[in-house]
Amino acid sequence: MTTLDSGVDSLADVTSSEDRLRRFLLGLPGVDQVGAEARAATLGTRSIKTTAKAYALDLAISMIDLTTLEGQDTPGKVRALCAKAKRPDPADPTAPQVAAVCVYPDLVATAKHELKGSGINVASVATAFPSGRSSLAIKVQDTKDAVAAGADEVDMVIDRGAFLSGRYGLVFDEITAIREAAGDAHLKVILETGELVTYDNVRRASWLAMLAGADFIKTSTGKVSPAATLPVTLVMLEAVRDYHEATGLRIGVKPAGGIRTAKDAIKYLVTVNETAGPDWLDPELFRFGASSLLNDLLMQRTKLATGHYPGPDYFTLD
Amino acid sequence: MVWRPTLPTKDTPRLEVRKTYKLYVGGAFPRSESGRSYVVTDAKGKFLANASQASRKDARDAVVAARKAFAGWHARTAYNRGQVLYRIAEVMEGRHQQFSLEVSQSEGLSISKARVVVDASIDRWVWYAGWADKLAQVVGSSNPVAGPYFDFSLPEATGVVAVLAPQDSSLLGLTSVIAPAIVSGNTVVAVSSYERPLPAITLGEVMATSDVPGGVVNILTGSASEVGPWLASHMDVNAIDLCGIVDPEEATELEIAAADNLKRVRRPAEEDWSADQGLSRLTQYLELKTVWHPIGV
Repeated sequence: MTTLDSGVDSLADVTSSEDRLRRFLLGLPGVDQVGAEARAATLGTRSIKTTAKAYALDLAISMIDLTTLEGQDTPGKVRALCAKAKRPDPADPTAPQVAAVCVYPDLVATAKHELKGSGINVASVATAFPSGRSSLAIKVQDTKDAVAAGADEVDMVIDRGAFLSGRYGLVFDEITAIREAAGDAHLKVILETGELVTYDNVRRASWLAMLAGADFIKTSTGKVSPAATLPVTLVMLEAVRDYHEATGLRIGVKPAGGIRTAKDAIKYLVTVNETAGPDWLDPELFRFGASSLLNDLLMQRTKLATGHYPGPDYFTLD
Repeated sequence: MVWRPTLPTKDTPRLEVRKTYKLYVGGAFPRSESGRSYVVTDAKGKFLANASQASRKDARDAVVAARKAFAGWHARTAYNRGQVLYRIAEVMEGRHQQFSLEVSQSEGLSISKARVVVDASIDRWVWYAGWADKLAQVVGSSNPVAGPYFDFSLPEATGVVAVLAPQDSSLLGLTSVIAPAIVSGNTVVAVSSYERPLPAITLGEVMATSDVPGGVVNILTGSASEVGPWLASHMDVNAIDLCGIVDPEEATELEIAAADNLKRVRRPAEEDWSADQGLSRLTQYLELKTVWHPIGV
């Protein structure tokens, strides 16, 4: 075990008091920044071609959480997005469906209606997304609203202010409360790694979220730059791998924001395979939070199928 | 003893600087993605330089760059585009000697004949620059219609134009195929003459240092037969000039590939680059937009 050799007997003990939680999180070994970045850069150079590429492209499409999180979102836009989620490439029925559609809570009902019977999940952001600056009562209600409207997955944000000022217990309790409010819905915890500053913090926040009951840990809201990067995702995948070794539970990872090209997506898939293992090459355990990525994947797919370069004119706008 | 640069003497002659030129894509000078280069010789077979040999992926990148540049270039006023084209001519004038030498070496002309060719090339940029804000008046029209409409047609740019430049005329020919495409607001991916790429490379350097936005003109050196099919079948290319394809059967193949997205195709033909060019190349890469504007009855 690489991370958990710091004298911890059982993970259940760790969460018994804030003091122990803090000691555990601060006791996690530091991330070798240079090493993590070099490793991620090396994994990014793998050459994936022909049949492997075709497989990777289809897998990446099936892992997408097709997302629209704008103040100007309308029911019409969400309906269009759902249509695209069901049939990404109208010219090619063999293109797989995406995993989920991700919207704000007030548009969950619209998306749910459109996706009825398709097998595609509806994900909703909640807990005063994207800043997370609100009282716990409001965050819990926000979550309950989303679930009541039919959300299958809830993407919550952590209180970065509390985390950065060392109040880990507060963050832990908040995630636990939302976990409870979300009921059967899948809980994705957004760490907003762009605001956590260091890889050490990313590792701590990942463990914190997993201990508090997250089903998925997610890099970013997409509203903060930098959003998802390969080294950050690598650190999170390592945390997930170590958590699995310690508990036997498999937690998912979702990089979101800034992944726009098929080439980038394939780099992520390589990193998943080499870090967490092939079990994670599954929409149940790995997702991309993206919107424009889908078109690039479809164009690459078309290039493989037809043998000539496609143009953006032949794919839907989003 | 420490080596220091000294003036060359008889015993220690100057080391030659043997250049490997790069491509011009999106306003930058990248090497070919393939890492390939080839030897460029003068008309008598003497070594001149190494040039990058563009691959299909370089062509793909160039199309992306050209598409990205299209909106901005197309949105500029015709007057401004004319100014930018004139600026190209100005910067070329400053490199007159370099162009003359390269044309002379590449095409085997005497230096004085090469100078005349460079003069003509610069004049051609000036001539096309003048067309920028006159094109709409000559090609556009107001149309009499039987209804309460003011009906008019105006020319707009087609989009991304792939140009397989002439193999023989390395500067005047190249100028005469690029200028008419960009003056109306199109962006260009040009594949230079294979055996005579040096004037094209220098033209790329001129583009980079005049006011032409990056991506409006992209210049690939290499084989038109290798890169051409990828450009012809590319769904994001709107027109193609097959000028540099020598073999008629090959041209037919490319024309068939280009039909997939209804590209405007200019077939190879006997060309006299020193003659008056007329408007045929200018109007080849235009779309006429007709507007029916309601008027009070």
